[in-house]
Amino acid sequence: MSAPPIVAESAPDTKRKKAKVSPQRQQLSFGARLRRDWPLLLMCFPAMALLAVFHYLPALGNVIAFQDYNPFAGDNPLEAFLYSEWIGFGNFEYLFKNPSFWDAVVNTLSITAFQLVFYFPIPIILAILLNSIMSPRLRSLVQSVVYLPHFFSWVLVVSLFQMMLGGAGLIAQTLRQSGMAVPDIMTNPDTFVFLITSQAVWKDAGWGMIVFLAALAAIDPSLYEASAADGAGRWRRLWHITLPGLRPVIVLLLILRLGDALNVGFEQFVLQREAVGRDAAEVLDTYVYYQGIAVQQWGVGAAAGLLKAVVGLLLIIGANKIAHRFGEQGIYSKS
Amino acid sequence: MSVSAVRKSSRPVWEEKPTLLGQFGKGTILTVVVAAVLVPLWVVVVTSLSSEKTINEAGGYVFLPREFNPSAYVVIFSGGQVTDAVLVSTLVTAVGTALSLIVTVLAAYGLSRPGTLGHRPILFYFLLTFLIYPGMIPSYLVVTGLGLKDNLLSLILPTAISAFNLVVLRAFFMSIPGELLDSARIDGAGEFRILTRIVLPLSKAVTAVVGLFYAVGYWNAFFNAILYIDRNDLQPVQRVLQQFILAGQSPLTSGAAVYIPGLGASMPPSLAIKMAVVVVTIVPALIIYPFVQRHFTKGVIIGAVKG
Repeated sequence: MSAPPIVAESAPDTKRKKAKVSPQRQQLSFGARLRRDWPLLLMCFPAMALLAVFHYLPALGNVIAFQDYNPFAGDNPLEAFLYSEWIGFGNFEYLFKNPSFWDAVVNTLSITAFQLVFYFPIPIILAILLNSIMSPRLRSLVQSVVYLPHFFSWVLVVSLFQMMLGGAGLIAQTLRQSGMAVPDIMTNPDTFVFLITSQAVWKDAGWGMIVFLAALAAIDPSLYEASAADGAGRWRRLWHITLPGLRPVIVLLLILRLGDALNVGFEQFVLQREAVGRDAAEVLDTYVYYQGIAVQQWGVGAAAGLLKAVVGLLLIIGANKIAHRFGEQGIYSKS
Repeated sequence: MSVSAVRKSSRPVWEEKPTLLGQFGKGTILTVVVAAVLVPLWVVVVTSLSSEKTINEAGGYVFLPREFNPSAYVVIFSGGQVTDAVLVSTLVTAVGTALSLIVTVLAAYGLSRPGTLGHRPILFYFLLTFLIYPGMIPSYLVVTGLGLKDNLLSLILPTAISAFNLVVLRAFFMSIPGELLDSARIDGAGEFRILTRIVLPLSKAVTAVVGLFYAVGYWNAFFNAILYIDRNDLQPVQRVLQQFILAGQSPLTSGAAVYIPGLGASMPPSLAIKMAVVVVTIVPALIIYPFVQRHFTKGVIIGAVKG
């Protein structure tokens, strides 16, 4: 890439500056723009190609949800969908009549609801607490420690919980030595929702603070000073200044979480599904996996996945609409 | 941290003196929070460095270090599954991170100037990945259909691009003053040279954070390995960790048995060896983390605002 870009660029260079104030660049012909911008297009190409093959091609592959898909119908699984029989909404009918699918839906939604109450406020409380610590060294020490588990894999997090809380874990070991009964938290389906929520808190609540800490730092300190001068105590300042300052971020994250209601995580559940049983740990993503890949009912699995994706998309768009109505930016803006 | 340091460390004059109870409460909560993260890690490291005798006396996990006995590490690194897995994961992480960074940086730069040819549709193409998920089953069929089963590329290519990281990098590139790039262009530099000589040196911090995010993703790769890797000697560390610690809990374990020379496949590994495996999966993150950690806030906030 030597001569062409230099030659092509030296001329439109001045135009580029004008373009910031006026739409004059639009007057360049397609060929001229191509000659000027081809290196940039070339740079986008590898990433676009990777996404085309590993993101958009599988997204189109969801059509097998409408097939009685048989991977051995063709020479390889990609070709097989040409030869598989189209059955319309048969897979969806099967799903709707299948009680374990509805169990997965109910589990997913109840876990989301539970975590909205018992997970969502924790990063906010932690951030407010940490923000009130005066010593910057202590503050950054705590931050470094609590961000860390975000970078651990779910296998590691579940393993650590197993080692601490499991039947042969550290706590059971200590209890047993002092002659007390040992509850096995890791395999009890009744308390499973507490278990996975505490795992999620342990892993990600610290990381979740970041955005709230940033919002807290953006609150004008003179507001605190003025209200203190008017006689507001620390709790009134928390209620009338800190929380209103956090409100936009809280509303935004809450709406985004609602839009993401069908995603409760996958590896965490796959890893513990056998230990606590399917009734408690089957969520939509694990249902897709076991129906589709483990049991090899490809069409049914794909139908469940497609249904989840479509409902998820509608939820995100809906949540974003609500975000706009609240005057927030949302994940994408209108323009 | 840069962001929260806006309020200075000294207490403003108008603020009340802290109450003793309040200070005590805050101290307790923060201690509990920090201990909840650090105590498990501490117990794991100490137990992994203990001898069989110490572990038996403690009745299992060891809290107070009494010796420095690296024999568990000698065992797992003298060949066998853990050694293989560490090599596999290191290779996947190194190659994957390099590929992801190169491809993401190129695309982020290519998209960093609004108004260029195809800018809006290409940006839309990338952002659409936030809304449209490929789905597990079709992804599985595509990857196996491409013949990537039992190929380490199956742990790299499907997760090579994160649109989130792309948006973070692009937002940073766009904040670099255009005059700087224009002056280089007048001096005759091509786009590629501008990227490598001007833009990248100015973006070291954010590129490092994005690199860390990618590297963590590759090192933690677990489920793709269950889907695509059957061969024992190609399993990454997370799979081996799962087999060592959570074995018997999950049918995902079947197919690949733990093997370490001198231990025998059927014999359960000792607690010290299990803990050493846990340490091996944590250590890379612990080593890189301090270097990149101070840049987090910036990178995450750029992403949060522009994403």
